[in-house]
Formats: sequence, C-alpha cells, structure tokens
Amino acid sequence: MLETIGVRSIDDLLVDIPQSLRLESLQLPDGLSEFETIAQVKALADRNRVYADRLTFRGGGVYRRFIPAAVAAVTSKPEFYTAYTPYQAEASQGTLQAIFEYQTLIAELTAMDISNASLYDGATAVAEAAMMAYVHTGRNEVLVAGYVHPEYVQVLRAFGEGRGIKVRRGDQPNKKTAAVIFQQPDFLGLLVDAPALTRAAHDAGALAIACVDPINLAILAPPGEYGADIAVGEGQQLGLAPSLGGPHVGFIACRRDLVRKLPGRLVGTAHDAEGRRGFVLALAAREQHIRREKATSNICTNHSLCALAAAVYLTYMGPEGLRHVADVGFKRAHNLAERLADMPGWELAFPERQFVNEFAVRVPRSSSVVKKLARKGILGGLDVSRWFRELRGVLTFTCTEVNDAKALDQLVEALAS
Amino acid sequence: MAERRYTKTHEWVTLDGKQATIGITDFAQSQLGDVVFLELPAVGRKLGERESFGVIESVKAASDLYSPVAGKIAAVNEKLAQKPELVNSDPYGDGWILRIDLAGELPSDLLDETEYKKVAEASAH
Amino acid sequence: MTEPLSFELSRPAVTPPRLPDADLPGPAPADVLPPEMLRSRPPDLPRLSEPEIMRHYSRLASLNYSISENFYPLGSCTMKYNPVLNEQAAALPGFAGLHPYQDEDTIQGALELMWRLERALCAVVGVERVTLQPAAGAHGEWTALRMIAAYHDSRQENRTEVLVPDSAHGTNPASAALSGFKVVEVKSGSDGRISLADLESKLSRQTAALMLTNPNTLGLFEREILDIAEMVHATGAMLYYDGANLNAFMGICRPGDMGFDAVHMNLHKTFTTPHGGGGPGAGPVGVKAELVPFLPAPTVERQNGHLTLDYKRPQSIGRVRSFYGNFGMLVRAYTYILAMGGDGLSQASRDAVLSANYLRNLVEADLEMPHKGPCMHEFVASAHNLTSANGVRALDIAKALLDRQFYAPTVYFPLVVPEAIMVEPTETESKATLDSFAAAIKEIVAQAKTDPEVLHAEPRSTPVGRLDEVAAARKINAYLVGQAEDPILRWKAPSDTA
Repeated sequence: MLETIGVRSIDDLLVDIPQSLRLESLQLPDGLSEFETIAQVKALADRNRVYADRLTFRGGGVYRRFIPAAVAAVTSKPEFYTAYTPYQAEASQGTLQAIFEYQTLIAELTAMDISNASLYDGATAVAEAAMMAYVHTGRNEVLVAGYVHPEYVQVLRAFGEGRGIKVRRGDQPNKKTAAVIFQQPDFLGLLVDAPALTRAAHDAGALAIACVDPINLAILAPPGEYGADIAVGEGQQLGLAPSLGGPHVGFIACRRDLVRKLPGRLVGTAHDAEGRRGFVLALAAREQHIRREKATSNICTNHSLCALAAAVYLTYMGPEGLRHVADVGFKRAHNLAERLADMPGWELAFPERQFVNEFAVRVPRSSSVVKKLARKGILGGLDVSRWFRELRGVLTFTCTEVNDAKALDQLVEALAS
Repeated sequence: MAERRYTKTHEWVTLDGKQATIGITDFAQSQLGDVVFLELPAVGRKLGERESFGVIESVKAASDLYSPVAGKIAAVNEKLAQKPELVNSDPYGDGWILRIDLAGELPSDLLDETEYKKVAEASAH
Repeated sequence: MTEPLSFELSRPAVTPPRLPDADLPGPAPADVLPPEMLRSRPPDLPRLSEPEIMRHYSRLASLNYSISENFYPLGSCTMKYNPVLNEQAAALPGFAGLHPYQDEDTIQGALELMWRLERALCAVVGVERVTLQPAAGAHGEWTALRMIAAYHDSRQENRTEVLVPDSAHGTNPASAALSGFKVVEVKSGSDGRISLADLESKLSRQTAALMLTNPNTLGLFEREILDIAEMVHATGAMLYYDGANLNAFMGICRPGDMGFDAVHMNLHKTFTTPHGGGGPGAGPVGVKAELVPFLPAPTVERQNGHLTLDYKRPQSIGRVRSFYGNFGMLVRAYTYILAMGGDGLSQASRDAVLSANYLRNLVEADLEMPHKGPCMHEFVASAHNLTSANGVRALDIAKALLDRQFYAPTVYFPLVVPEAIMVEPTETESKATLDSFAAAIKEIVAQAKTDPEVLHAEPRSTPVGRLDEVAAARKINAYLVGQAEDPILRWKAPSDTA
C-alpha cells in the first residue's frame, strides 16, 4: 500500500502535523486478548449489586418490566445495530420502515398527529418540546406544574439558559408563558388534572406539553384526547433494560400544525419510478445539516435502535397485552399502597390524590427502611426528599407485572420484621 | 407590465402604481431545485427593506426570503401552499410570492436585467 | 422487494401474548379513577404473533446495508467495524440490570468503569477532565459551548459570537445558536484550510470561541493549528475541538496539546460503539482545567479506591441529560479501549491514515481531487467535471455504488466543494475491499463518460429504486397546512385517509 502511495512509511503521510505535537505513545496500558478484556470488564460488572426484577420496587423514571425475548432477538441483528443513519434510503429501507412503524405506534399511543423518529431521553424530550413552544409562541417563559421529574427540569433549565428561556414552577400561565409542562402521572406517581392544565395553558395563549408514561397510556386518557399540543416521555419501559439510566429513548409527538418545528428526524413514505412504496427521511430542510444556525434543534444522532426496541415491544404486546400489564401494575400498586399505609406510623403522603402504579408514602426513619430492605435483597422505595425538601420522609414505591404477589408479601414482611 | 428589477440575493420586484410584486428569480429557483414548501407571512404585516419574511424549501435546501422593498403586505400568493412548484415553473408569473403596498420609493440600488445577469453568472461558479 | 407494515400484517384474530395476572385483590382503573381520566379508545396497535413479528423484522433487516455486511466509506462518520465483544460486555447483567437510583455503594463497578473511561479519554485527547453525560456528538458540542459561555460569564465578559469555519459540520452552527451565540463564518483558503487572514479579521473581544475540526472536513490537517490557537487565546476566546475526526490521530497527537480547551468525542465513531441505524451514540466532552468548574453535574470522583457521584458543583452548567448518560455505550467504548490498548489505538489511527491515502491514490485517476494530499483519515473528491461534461452528479455515483454492494460515501458535504464525494475508509477494511471499491469507482466513471443515462436509473438491485422525495415532501406539506388528509409521516388505516 505504501508503495502505491509512493511513500516509505506511514510517518511520511503525517508530514502536516508539526513535530512539536507528535506523541511517542499514549499513556495507556497495551491491548489485551479478548479473553482478558472480558474478564476485566466482567470483574467490574461483578462489583455491582443487581437486584432481582421481582424485588425491585424503585422507579423514579426507570422501571423493571418484562421484556419479551423478541426485542433483543431483533435489536441484536447486526443489519439493524451496525447500520448507519438512513441517509441513503434505498440501502436503508429496513431501518426507515421500522422507524415509520415506531412513529405510527407513538402517534397512536399518545393520540397525537405525528411523532418524530426519537430523541435521547425523557429529559431532553421535555427540553426540546419547550424549545418548540418558545419558537412557536415567541414567548420566553415556561411553567412547570407539579412534581415533574426533577432531572427533567434540571435539563430543561440547562437547555433554557442557552436561549434565554426562564423556567418557573407553577400552574398559573400568563401572557409571557410559552408552555405549561406537566407530567402524567407525575414523578411521585400522582395523577394531575391534565385537561384543566391544558385549558389553562390555552386560555393564556400558551402550549400544553404533556410528559406521559407510555405503558400507563393504555389506561389513562392520552394527550391527544385532552388537546395537549405536544406529548413527550421516556420510552425505557418499552423493552429497554435499566442499564444505569441509558441508553433509553425519548419520544415526542405533536399536533399537525407544529410538525415543522418538531426536532430531529422524521420518516415518511415515498414511491419509486415503478410505483413501489418506500420510506425516506422527510422534511430534512428543517434540520441542522441544512438550516445550520437557523435550525430549531441541533440534534443529529438520535436513539433509533432504542426506538426499534420500543416498536418490537409494542407490536408484541398489541393493544390487549399493553392494557394487561398496565392493569396488573395498577392493581398490585393499589394493593401494596393499602398494605403499606396500614403499617404502624406509615401513611399515604397524598391520600386525596389518585395514582396508577407508583405512589408516595410518608414513613418514619425512611433511610433505615431503605437500608433494611436492601439487606433482604429488596430495592425499596425511592427517597424523594433528595430533590424536594418538603417531602422529608417520603418514599415512592412502584409495582409492575414483574413484582409478583409473593414479592409483595416479601416486601411487607421485611418491613414488618 | 412595469419593468422587472432585481436584488443581489435573487429576488425580483415589479411596480404597479404604489404596489410592488415580488418573487424569486429563475436563476434562484434553478439553484434551489424543486420547491416543496414556502413559509410565508400574514397579510398586513409591515416589512422593512431587506427584512427576512419567510423561508423557501426544496428537499435538500432552504433559503431565507428577503423583501427588496419596505411596505405593508397586501397579498400573499395563496396558490403556493398547494402548488409550490409554481415557483419553479413560472417564477415571474404565477409563482409570485408577495404583493406589498410600498411605504416609500423603490430602493435605488436595485439591479436591472443586464446587471442581474452578471450577478447570477458570478454565483453559478 | 418490499415488506408490508406491521399494521398491514395485523390480524384481529391473533391471541394476545400470555402475561402474568395480578394474583392479588385490588381495584381496576375504572373502579377508582373518574371516567374523564380514562382512555376512551384503545390505541390501534398491530396484533401479530411472535413468529410473524420475527419474520417481519428479519425481512426488514434484510433490506438494510450495514457494517456487518457492507463497506461504508462514509466520510466524517467513521464507520468502522463494531467488535461483537462490546455487545456482550454491555449486556452483562451486572451493567444492564442496574437501576440508576441504586445507592452508590452498590454500583462501585459501574462508577469505576466510568472513571477509568474518563481517564482513558483524557489520555487520548490531552485534557484534564471529561463529562460522559452527553448522549451524542451534537449534544456534546452544545454542552461544551454552555461551559464556555459559563466561563466567560464567570469573568464578567460578555462574549456573544462563535466562529465556525465554512467547511464545518452543520451541527456546529446549530449548537452555537442554541447556546445563545451569534454564528460568524470563517472562510477556507484555496488550500482547503482555514484562512488565517479571515480568522484574524473576525476575531474580536466579542468572540467566545472558535469551533474547529482537525483534520478538517476535507481530511486535511490544519498545519497552522498552533498559530490559530495563539490567535484565539490572545483575544481571550476559547478553542473548541469537534471530535468527529479524532480517528485520524489517536496516539499521534492530541487536541489538548494543540491548544484546544474543550473537546467532544463521538464514542460511536472513534470508539466503535455501533450506530444502531442512527443512534444511540455518546458524546463525551473533555475540558482543560479552566473549564472544569463548569462541567455538568454529577461528576464521578475517586478517593482511596471509593467512587462517588459529585453533585455539589456550584459553577456547573447543570445537568444535560437524565442520570449519567448513555451508560451502555460507555461500557462498549471502555471494552474497546481495554482491548485495543494505547498501542492498538495508535495503530488504528495510523492504519486509518494509510487506508485513506491508499484509496485516494487509487481513485485519483478517476475523480478530481480539489486539494493536494497527503490526507489524514479521509479525503474529499469532486464529481464536478463529470457533472459539467456528462451530466453525472455525485448523487449518481453514490447510487451506482449501492448497486455494487457498497454503501455510498458522504456526498454534497463539505459545502465548500462542489459535487463533493467524501470518503473515509477506516482502519478496519482490508486492502482487498479498498481495491474492489476503487475498481467500482473506475467502472462507474467509465460508464459516466460513455453511457451516463444508465447511471441516472441506478440503483436497480436495491429493494426500491430512487424514491420521489419531492412528491413526498409536497404531500407532507399539503397535509401539514390542512389541505390533504394523508399524513405520509405515519400509517393510517385506509378508511381514515379516504
């Protein structure tokens, strides 16, 4: 090869790099065999404690769910996971069609007109939705109503600062409000009055942004039904492992007239000269590689493979399966809530509020409760006072289809002991 | 029809009394390719000279649109919403974009056809 | 060959999957929730059996080109082989099964991995600290610019402009604008490198940063990088490194030594985490000491072998992503770095440069090279001559390559080269692959000169031919403005769109 190029060594090709910058070597150990590599990596994995699915009652944005084997069987196909962004449509129909199906599934689930091809996570989805509202309304304040996931709000603040958008807490929008953002159910599992918040936003000329749980949408009125303008959320529960918080997938869907401000990729149908249907990246002229500094978002890489997992998951479940797991979580959480509230000194933190499968209890000595459970192999409630000082002693518990009846008994027994 | 004048940014303007009609030039539409969308302002909005008033998009490109004149928008070509391709097929006729009630006089630095041709030729390379 | 949509394959008669029952007394939603809180109509999800699902997605998979089957000479994208060991590592239950809100004591191995990955990335790019939070390259760019903004703010300096070369990736100006900066373009000189004269004229007390890719998007090393750094720093601005092209010089030189203050890396380019059809990736950002206070929180800290997450960072720009970033991708990148070692990474970059120059040399006879070599890890050719003489465009060449089982190079980028064809072969392709790619280019160019019409009709062997994007875009826009009912961007039952 060197001969073809007409040089004597690779160094002859590096002549443009000033000598003063050249390194002798990297300050890193030498490479390892595959066997040694995985042994070292596994040693790190083994230093972590993995709680059993059935004994995990901690949620807070990431949940243990049953993941059908079909999900990994599809996402581990190298034709999917080693493919690039589908810029060359003819060579990427598999990815493009899968994304098109994902977009349709999310639009159905949220009852919104159009979904994009995915975003990074629930937090950046909230932030991107707020940016859309800012661009659409020309107003520079967003209102966060209720207990929206604290990390989502932190990300929203960081995004907002770059564009001069103020983030305030409250549910009383005014002339300056670009959007009212709420979470349904919220970070504590509480149900909010989504239709009222949406109306309040609209009365003030602001957009309503609903951050929703995709599984519980099988039970709850979807954003499209109460007229929200943008629906966003975290899709981890749709077939993705917890994996210390990522990679997961953010979803975002909106009303038809806002689609041109939707960030990220969109896939649409198109036809070739022979009339065959195919799929292409659509409305690309909105995006950063064409609009550069005038684009509404800088997003380029998204979370396609996670969106594929979500599509396989939802297709596997079908409408009945999804409703079934949502109902099981609902029933078990209500059963557990009743039993926990009966424990001496324990009470529901918001007894007047409704919930689905995550709820908040006020308990004596919360940190020792959590430690006690850990000793018995149970990942117990999440101490939310870490983010909300007024919630001292409040733990949230969550139940899904993986927490079987015996696991609930084990939890209650462990607490009673 | 009044004489057509041009800008360096490839817009054209004609004047009928105190009303100007504006669009993009044949050269501009050929550079842009098949137009698929125009984002246009509402009638009644006031525009300053050189003010950006919208965006024109093809599949692979997007350009801001600038008003060559100052004034108030009297009409927007509604046909373009459904048939953006008119900008390609008839840029100086049915593909017009805005009619503007002029606030003052036409700017003096607009180009005539010969001058514009030179500009277009220079940008083609 | 095409595949129906899952929605079109759906059969109402399919038995739903068997799932656990609640096995406990408890209410149903309708028993306790007011009716207006309940969904009125179930979502119209498809109903397919598992065998139907597996066949559907297997057929879709077969419609894709991928690194596992095809050469992907996509300039600027570093499509190298994704070691399968990475996948095995990320799937280890000790990583995949971790809840992000477990106590720190129970995730020491995960934190140690993040800490070691941070140290390794610091060594590769020559910086003080790295944040692993950003989920992708563009996210990393934006994170870095937020830190730079915070740095200037902390010094009570009001700097409002970010300089971006005209050859830069589109994400650069977009990220700068989203960070609140005005974007000022710097021109390339005729040799394809940044024009120092133009840079000098645009640098001022308003300049917050210069964003630079080195080697630049033409695959050329910015020889005057040390002078550039001096000029930028002399005005008090910061130098930002777009790491898209880091694969060119691992172990050969380091952005930190060149004077860059902030550096983003794409783990899905340089460090072999798979692209996944467009993500997930990861876009860590490395910074020099003066930017460390502004890193997103939390950072991973290590003291006496014990690892903690540090949230108490008063000058931090805050949080840019939930939890700790795309942890699964971090595991993959760490596994790769461990297997390669310092020696392997250096060799990878040297081989990448060798591959690019070899391929450049092979195709030089057929395609115009607007800039003099040698190149680094990629090169940009131009089909400009073929376009003027034979009416064959870069796009036609791209599509003709698809028919020859090669994925297409990046075309029409960078914008400063007409009919650009940007080729990045990477170090993981064999000489035989490069030879056959060059032979394909030769064949296509010969055809362009004799029978250009044939090329306009390619690709023929792909599942679909060239798709009419213009018609699609016009239909979408008609839908968006309410003048048509078929959304094009999603499936609708035929009765709903009639």
